[in-house]
This record gives sequence, C-alpha cells and structure tokens, in this order.
Amino acid sequence: MTDLRKSDRLIKLGLLMIAFSAISALFVITLFIFEQGGPIMFKYGLKSFIFGQDWYPSEKIFGLWPMIVGSLMVTLGALIIGVPLGLATAIFLAEFSSRRLARILKPVIELLAGIPSVVYGFLGLMFLIPFIRENLGGPGLSVLAASIILGIMILPTVISISLDSIRAVPDCYREGSIALGATRWQTVRMVVLPAARSGILAAIILGMGRAIGETMAVIMVAGNAAEIPSSILQPVRTLTSNIALEMGYAAGEHRQALFATGVILFVIIMVLNTIANLTASRQGKR
Amino acid sequence: MKVEAGEYLIEVRNLNVFYGSFQALKDINLKLQAARITALIGPSGCGKSTFLRSLNRMNDLIDGARTEGEVFFEGKDIFSPETDLLELRRRVGMVFQRPNPFPLSIADNVTYGLRVHGQNDRAWLEERLYWSLQAVNLWDELKDRLKVNALELTGEQQQRLCLARLLALEPEVILMDEPCSALDPLATARIEDLMYELKKKYTIIIVTHNMQQAARVSDFTGYFLLGELVEFGETNEIFTKPKDPRTEDYITGRFG
Ligand SMILES: Nc1ncnc2c1ncn2[C@@H]1O[C@H](COP(=O)(O)OP(=O)(O)OP(=O)(O)O)[C@@H](O)[C@H]1O
Ligand SMILES: [Mg+2]
Repeated sequence: MTDLRKSDRLIKLGLLMIAFSAISALFVITLFIFEQGGPIMFKYGLKSFIFGQDWYPSEKIFGLWPMIVGSLMVTLGALIIGVPLGLATAIFLAEFSSRRLARILKPVIELLAGIPSVVYGFLGLMFLIPFIRENLGGPGLSVLAASIILGIMILPTVISISLDSIRAVPDCYREGSIALGATRWQTVRMVVLPAARSGILAAIILGMGRAIGETMAVIMVAGNAAEIPSSILQPVRTLTSNIALEMGYAAGEHRQALFATGVILFVIIMVLNTIANLTASRQGKR
Repeated sequence: MKVEAGEYLIEVRNLNVFYGSFQALKDINLKLQAARITALIGPSGCGKSTFLRSLNRMNDLIDGARTEGEVFFEGKDIFSPETDLLELRRRVGMVFQRPNPFPLSIADNVTYGLRVHGQNDRAWLEERLYWSLQAVNLWDELKDRLKVNALELTGEQQQRLCLARLLALEPEVILMDEPCSALDPLATARIEDLMYELKKKYTIIIVTHNMQQAARVSDFTGYFLLGELVEFGETNEIFTKPKDPRTEDYITGRFG
C-alpha cells in the first residue's frame, strides 16, 4: 500500500521533471533566439529591419521585407492549392467513396507525410520547374513552383485532420437531412461541413504551420532571390530559406541578423496561430 | 389528387426487406387511411423501424439492404424507377427517436427543407418559419431566439423543432419512430396532444413501445413480431378483443 503510493509519487515526480525540462528547453531556445537576434534589430531600427527592401549583409544592410512577403506569398499559395484539394479529398473519402477505398487510401495519404522534404524538392526541380519554364515562362524557380510543392506537402495534414472531423459528425444529422429530401451533396454542404467547421479550421492552421516552416523543398524550387517578386513566375526567398542559405558562412552582425530573421518568423507564426485559435474558439462556441 | 380523410393513402403489398441474408420483414400487406394515426407496436428487433423506413425509402441508404414488393402511395409504387425520391421524402416526412436538429440556428433548421428544395424567397421562408413554429406551439417560446443554435433547446423543444422542420415542407405523411422515448411523461403528453392536433391534416404512423400511448393516440394498430405483421386493425379492437393469441399475449404483458 505505502509502496504503491511511493512509486506513484516517484512516477509523478519523474513525469513532472520531464515535462518541466521539455518546456524549459523550449523556453531556453526562445530566449536564445531573442537574445541573439534582438539587439541588432534595435541597433539598426525595427522599422528598417522589417520594412527595409534591401538585403545586403556584406554591406550591413538588413531589410527583411522581401523575405517576409515571400514567406506570406508561398504560404498563401500553398493554402490556395492545398486546402481545396485536401478538403475535396477528405469530403470524397468520408462521404462518397466506398468504405473499402477509404480504408486503402487513408494510410497511403498519411504515408505522403513521411516522405522527406528534400525528395519533394528534388521532384519539383526535375519536373515542375522545367514545366513552368517551358509553358508559363520565367526561370521556372518561382513563387508558383514553391506554392505547388508546398500545397502538395500540406495535403496529408489537411486531408487526415479534416477527414477525422467530418467523420466525427454524427450520422443522425445526415439521416435527418436526407429524410427531408436533401441530396447527399446538399447534406454535406449545408449540415456536415458547418458541423465539422472547427476541425477543418484546425486542419488549415496546421497546414499553414507546415507551409511557413518548410525550408528544404522551398530552397530547391523557389530560386531564392532576396527581392520582392514582380509576379508569381519570379523567384522568391522565404524567411526560413534566408536562415538556412546563409547560416553556413555568416559571422558577426550577419549571423545576428539571421537570428533576427528567426525572431520575425517566430512572431509571424505566433500571430497567425493566435488569430486562427481565436476564430476557432469563437466558432466552436457558436 | 387529394386523398380524403379515411380513404386509403398507402397500400403495402407483399413487402419483404432483407439485410444481407437476414430477412427483417416478411410479406407485409397493409392499407393505411389518410388523416388517421396508426400505431406500430411489437418487441425490439421485430422490424418496426425497418417498415417505417421502407415508406420513405430511407433503407436505400443502408449497405446490403434489399427490398421486394410494392408500396403504393396515392396509387403510385414508390419503388418504381419513375419515383422522384427527393419529392417522396418531402411528402413522407420522418421524426426520429432521438431529436436530431441540425447544429444550426432555429430558423435555419426550420427553413432547411425548403432551401434544400430550391425555395429561397426570404419572405416566403419567414412566413413558413412562423407558420411551422406555430403549428408545433413553439413560436411564442422561441420567437425572440430564432438565431440561437438549436442544440441549446430542451429535448422536447428539439423534438418539436424536428416536427416543425417537416411541417414547413407541407408533407402528407409523418413517420414517427418512437418520438417520445427520450422525453419525460409531461413532455410526452404534450407531444401526444400535438399529434392529435396534426391528425386533422396529416397521416401519421408512429412506432411506440408504450402500449398506453398506442391505445391513447391511435386509430389503428399493427402488431409486428419477428418480421411479420401479426395483426392489424382498429385500435379499440386490437386492445379489447385481439384475434391472434400472440397479440393478446403481448398487449396483456404476457409476452416472454
Ligand atoms: N442496418 C442493419 N443491418 C443489418 N441488420 C439490421 C439493420 N437494421 C436492423 N437490422 C435488423 O433487422 C431487425 C429489425 O430491426 P428494426 O430496427 O426494424 O427493429 P425494431 O422493431 O425497430 O426494433 P426496436 O424496437 O428495438 O427499435 C433486427 O433484427 C435488426 O437486428
Ligand atoms: Mg426501431
């Protein structure tokens, strides 16, 4: 009896310590990034750092605006491509396909999430880039290419989470709707999707997180020019690419400026997450 | 063609329903009169719901369900290929055992059927909203809360709302599968009053496990046992002098 309680307490203490160290590790990392990247932002002025159009680290000109715009553009592009496709797939699998087909396809789709991102980048480089260059013009390496690759990469996340939330909608709603003479599609559109709204929103948020944080595949297909692209067929550089491309040789203030890039990325992700969570919880309450 | 009260509205001929190889309904023959309440009674699993769901072809949704025989509704076989299934379900509405309002506003619930059937005129929708909620005695209670999510209503209000949702579509038949089993006795009594009210305009078929309820509200009663319709007749007769000994056993509680 006493022994049991003792071991319980030990386990609790152990878990507490593990949880605490995990959280403090996150905290230390955050602190480190801000400590490394913060001072230089204030030295050169927050405004010029964020809104500066030019990035010439060797001349100590650190304007991150092109990369901020770049990250937002490819993330938005990825959502425009990935969300309708993913949602349509989830709706098909949940509502219209045979149960057997869904049972086969779902694991296959989840497998896509396990493919290393460098492979996606490589495939993009091999097939997508030449296709865009030859058919649409421009260098091929572009906002469009990055958006398409990222749109495909977020598919597994969007599909599996929205599929789960659509499946969680009780059948009695579907029955009620069909019994009123609604078609299957009307039922999905007017009852099932509204009922699954918060789960679908969560799927989009997670997809967005994946897109904005992805680095390797983007570096391979985006072209990485540090200027605001004039069209979606022009090259673009994202915040994550900016860090990964230059970290290898950066030193001194250049290095600090890359940490500052991390700070900006951190803040953008926090803001987007907060907005999304607020919308989700408000809709959940309704 | 409008079928007058007391005339036959629905005729079921040699109806057999199978789930896979299991036969849930065996050779059902039955005629139902318009503007009457018919109660279906019988022990669990004997096919009452299956029968009800045949009348608006909700069994079509079930994988492996197969139907043989004919159901004539106003003289037309509902299983014939010419049947407009969506229109059939508009005319033959269904209330379920557990109230299942959609997780939408009260107003959207009531107008749902109309919008689904392509009616989008706002004034008309509002008129139907008012009319339907009046018909189930919910208007006074809810007229200030029409934008509230229907899931916030009480069980009784939800069941009334589900009824209002049907009535908005001006159906001819209302199928009710144990509509009061999730309600308390007072709410049940009020729903029964409402059914009495609705009987003037609608043909009602109700499945119930509650003998008193069947005796109280219905004009006709059918007794199902193991997929067969053992006996069908006027409720008075069934409850006072049943012809089949099995029916007698059941209604006197000697069923075992
Ligand atoms: N979807 C289905 N698949 C297979 N068998 C089914 C299905 N639905 C019902 N059955 C079977 O058909 C028989 C009749 O079921 P039904 O639901 O019509 O009975 P019921 O009289 O309504 O019962 P209860 O009073 O419990 O509601 C039961 O034996 C049941 O197990
Ligand atoms: Mg039943």
